[in-house]
Amino acid sequence: MTAGLRLEGLRIREGARGRTLVALDLTVPPGVAVSVMGPSGVGKSTLLAAIVGAAPPAFAVSGRVLLDGRDVGALPTEARRIGLLFQDDVLFPHLSVGGNLAFALPAALRGRAARRERVAAALAEAGLEGFAERDPATLSGGQRARVAVMRALLAEPRALLLDEPFSRLDAALRASFRRFVFETLAARGLPALLVTHDAEDAAAACGPVVTLGPA
Amino acid sequence: MRLAVLAAAATLAAPAFASPDPADWPAVLAEARGQTVYWHAWGGSPEVNDYIAWVGREMAARHGVRVEHVKVADISETVSRVLAEKGAGRETGGAVDLMWINGENFAAMKRNDLLFGPWAEATPNWALVDVEGVPGVRFDFTVPTEGLESPWGKAQIVFFHDAARMPEPPRSMIALLATAEANPGRFAYPAPPDFTGTTFLKQALLELVEDAAPLFGPAEEADFAGTTAPLWAFLDALHPHLWRRGAAWPASGPQLRSMMADGEIDLAFSFNPNEAALAIATGLLPDTVRAYVFDGGSIGNVHFVAIPFNASAKAGAMATADFLLSPEAQARKADPAVWGDGPVIAVDALPPEDRALFDAIDFGVGALGPADLGPALPEPHPSWVRLLEAEWARRYGAGR
Amino acid sequence: MGAPLRGRPLSAPRAQAARLGWRPRPPRLLPWAPALTLGVLIGPVLAGLAGAAAPAFGWFPPLGGDTVTLAPFRALLAWPGFAASLRATLVSAALSTALSLALALLIVAAWGGTRGFRLIERALSPLLSTPHAAAAFGLAFLIAPSGWAARALSPWATGWTTAPDVLLIGDPWALSLAAGLVTKEVPFLLLMILAALPQADAARGALLARALGYGRVWGWLKVVLPRVYPQIRLPVYAVLAYSASTVDMAVILGPTAPPPLAVQITLWTRDPDLSMRFVAAAGAMLLLAVTLGLLGAWRLGELAAARLGRAWVEGGGRGRRADGALRAAAGAAAALTSGAVFAGLAGLAVWSVAGLWTFPDFWPRSFRLDAWARAAPGLGAAAGETALIGVVAVLVALALTLGCLEAEHRHQLGRPRRSLWLLYLPLVVPNVAFLTGLQTLALAAGLDGGRWAVAAAHVVFVTPYVFLSLADPWRAWDARAGLAAAALGAGPDRVLWAVRLPMLLRPVLTAAAVGFAVSVGQYLPTLLIGAGRVATLTTEAVTLASGGDRRLIGVYALTQAAAACVGFALALAIPAVAFRDRRGLRG
Repeated sequence: MTAGLRLEGLRIREGARGRTLVALDLTVPPGVAVSVMGPSGVGKSTLLAAIVGAAPPAFAVSGRVLLDGRDVGALPTEARRIGLLFQDDVLFPHLSVGGNLAFALPAALRGRAARRERVAAALAEAGLEGFAERDPATLSGGQRARVAVMRALLAEPRALLLDEPFSRLDAALRASFRRFVFETLAARGLPALLVTHDAEDAAAACGPVVTLGPA
Repeated sequence: MRLAVLAAAATLAAPAFASPDPADWPAVLAEARGQTVYWHAWGGSPEVNDYIAWVGREMAARHGVRVEHVKVADISETVSRVLAEKGAGRETGGAVDLMWINGENFAAMKRNDLLFGPWAEATPNWALVDVEGVPGVRFDFTVPTEGLESPWGKAQIVFFHDAARMPEPPRSMIALLATAEANPGRFAYPAPPDFTGTTFLKQALLELVEDAAPLFGPAEEADFAGTTAPLWAFLDALHPHLWRRGAAWPASGPQLRSMMADGEIDLAFSFNPNEAALAIATGLLPDTVRAYVFDGGSIGNVHFVAIPFNASAKAGAMATADFLLSPEAQARKADPAVWGDGPVIAVDALPPEDRALFDAIDFGVGALGPADLGPALPEPHPSWVRLLEAEWARRYGAGR
Repeated sequence: MGAPLRGRPLSAPRAQAARLGWRPRPPRLLPWAPALTLGVLIGPVLAGLAGAAAPAFGWFPPLGGDTVTLAPFRALLAWPGFAASLRATLVSAALSTALSLALALLIVAAWGGTRGFRLIERALSPLLSTPHAAAAFGLAFLIAPSGWAARALSPWATGWTTAPDVLLIGDPWALSLAAGLVTKEVPFLLLMILAALPQADAARGALLARALGYGRVWGWLKVVLPRVYPQIRLPVYAVLAYSASTVDMAVILGPTAPPPLAVQITLWTRDPDLSMRFVAAAGAMLLLAVTLGLLGAWRLGELAAARLGRAWVEGGGRGRRADGALRAAAGAAAALTSGAVFAGLAGLAVWSVAGLWTFPDFWPRSFRLDAWARAAPGLGAAAGETALIGVVAVLVALALTLGCLEAEHRHQLGRPRRSLWLLYLPLVVPNVAFLTGLQTLALAAGLDGGRWAVAAAHVVFVTPYVFLSLADPWRAWDARAGLAAAALGAGPDRVLWAVRLPMLLRPVLTAAAVGFAVSVGQYLPTLLIGAGRVATLTTEAVTLASGGDRRLIGVYALTQAAAACVGFALALAIPAVAFRDRRGLRG
């Protein structure tokens, strides 16, 4: 059994007989962040969507996605336990900050008090103590980004995909947030796949770099 | 299997009046107790609605019958309903138990076997009906009722005018033409086939023909063109002087009242002799409005209640119809403060204590009492209506 | 391709098996939602149409019609008023639809995004809540020669002590009817345009056009309209079909001798001479053909306009000088159409408490409350019945609509399925063409005479409007929120209930309010399926209106409007309260 995230002959085509967009064999061991680079339009975001099982129907996906040795290709997104971070934070606007985090907590964690405690601890880890009741719309960009990370982690994923999560942040914030993300990932020993077009991001990830390019 | 089919056919073929049989009145009342009677009746008049609600309370108290007034905008909606039920094969358990009806609607239902009966001339209070004085109680628009509907009240065309604007109203159709010529745009009648509009045509026809006799037989057997020629000549002369010169028409009889209040017309007419008085009392018309009838009399008719062939509560419906003929119900209805609808029972033949109910009615100044109404002209045979309406549509209803 | 990345071909079956894609556990009921909805909506319409088509060709055994014949159509064509009636129908439908669309587009183009536009948006709910008949009655009282406008000027300015004999209401060309329709259809189209704007990326498009030197109106029409129109096409068709078949507005504002086709068909179905039912059925079939013809002609017009429009768009005209006049015209149009409805409602309100009120008095001479007092006991029961039927019909319609939309989403159908266009069939087929047949069907099935049967019939009319109102915002929802939730372990049901519905609460409630207003306004379905026994505010209003007492008409019209307005008020209030601390969801 191979720990981590493994893509075996993953191939994305435009339609069943269309042009091949991506063809990839790749292993991401636990605690390692692999960066996927390439110009825009090359299919980076589609690759992430395919890994979580949400590629648009216009694309034909073949190959296997293995997580800790198990083929998750037939599972729906919600059962794959692969976390996802977007360019935008995509916090749910109808829920409070705490509500967003509690949404991610597994249902197996019972009891209001226990769940609330877990949420508070996550907020503390992100340096956002006492933010539980806040409206996400009132947070700064950096604060929202950190809430999004904590939300992804509270769901206890076994791998994390990051879709240019730093590109919307300004330079000062970017470095510190990037550090926060990669330190947190390393501490948890999560395999991560980072899609970016920024070489600095890839460098900060301290992992292998895969370049996608026009075929 | 075949036997069962035959038995079912035999049941269907049995005479409708067998059950319930009004000849055995106690049995009818016993069956009626606990029934709910869905009475379809025009719901456009708050006064009539209140009266029907009173009937409901009385029926509940006296006979344990629940009367539900199903308000309709036009009783033909109910005719359609019964027709649809027949089309769908609903021979029993129909939605309509009693309906307020007369004239062409009755003729059509009778012709198409949509009515239950005969029953109406076997109810106890039929004995009170003024068969001699009001021939219309057995001949609805000249069509024999044959016990398929029970008389309820009588109405007569009356005119009303705003004395402040038109002090000398016309008292005949010929005078009406002269008035219209002198006051262009101040008179209107609803476009046929509206009931009130068609009645205006019949009133004019009855006044203008030299010999009215053919009007009381089927129109197909008469010389329609020749008989009605004076009517068309009259209308040709009248229309240029009508409201909007006959380019637009009121949609209904009740609209005439609003138009008078709006100062659009000065002369109008109605089938309820009491309408103007009631409208003045409730502030819908100014107190300068007066009701009157033409010198030569005006069309009068009787309105009835009938029971559809597939009614669910026939006993309750019969009991209700019978109550409507009671002196108490007829007297209350005749009171202008309640409704002001004429009685169809022979008031003079009533025992003194019942007659006192009628003597106590205060007709006031605005309302027309029985003495003021003058002779009621009988309605022509219903077959004339369709031909009159078709010819009217050909001449004036084709648009411009 | 990068160096380590070489694709290895897989065997076909394996590729199939491993093919990824967001495939949730196959739900049991959801895939059936579109088929069920189509059945619920189309079944009754087609059955009703069949029920009307048979008598149109002479087949109706209860009246002795047992041969197939063209006689009813011959009688229809021989009717002397035929040509003028058809003309009134065509003119009022085409004119009112074209004018409503033009005004609604102009208003959005000229004022969209401004502070004045917020005012227009706020006025939409009461405008949409006003029943057609009430709006028509109000308008008639406003513009008639003896109406409020004339009274305001009489006798001091005009010298009129009695109303002048001028033909304004009920003109033979049905222009006053068209005007009445415009006052009701402009708000409806505005609502539909507003719902479509976010997906057309309207704000940025309009801004871009202005940055390129285009005037506000010209820029909007050239950049945004081509993207918005495909989305509002169906509502426009619905308006066109409704205008061709309206009865309740036409009896008040339309010509009388002859009336428009739909009114004449209703008269025939009411004719005491039962043989006229055959002609009525033939008329209903013809009206259906006329409606389809109008829709076809409109489609051709769209194609022609698109062709001419392209040249216009590419011509480069900036239209900056036209802005002033166009904005003024749009403002005037908005003020006039909404003002007519509001003044009409005010007129109804005054009538409901009026004592004697004759021409040329601007106010009644006295006031009295007896119309309200007399109506009060019945009003309560009718309002309760109306609310109950409306809520049930709207809940069913919402369930069907959400089922269809969610099935479309989960099964990744991408483009809305073509067959869903059929959902709008009940809006396109004239009521008079299928309701009588539907009644017969309900009778034969024994499904009539009660409030639940009426609610079921309302579902047929409510669902298309709910779908129409909800589909765009539902599809425009940012699907990343759903993907984010799924990546956090939420299954499709949890995504629906915990994320999507709350986020879309406002459009869901707006659609419900539109549906409720539609249910409140239903007359014929309530009457025919309810055997007249189910008394709603609208059936009471129509029967009482037949007595011509304007005070009672005022009472019931106001109550009807208020009932529909409560729905819109709740649709605004509930999200405002539920999301009072959520800036991201404030509209």
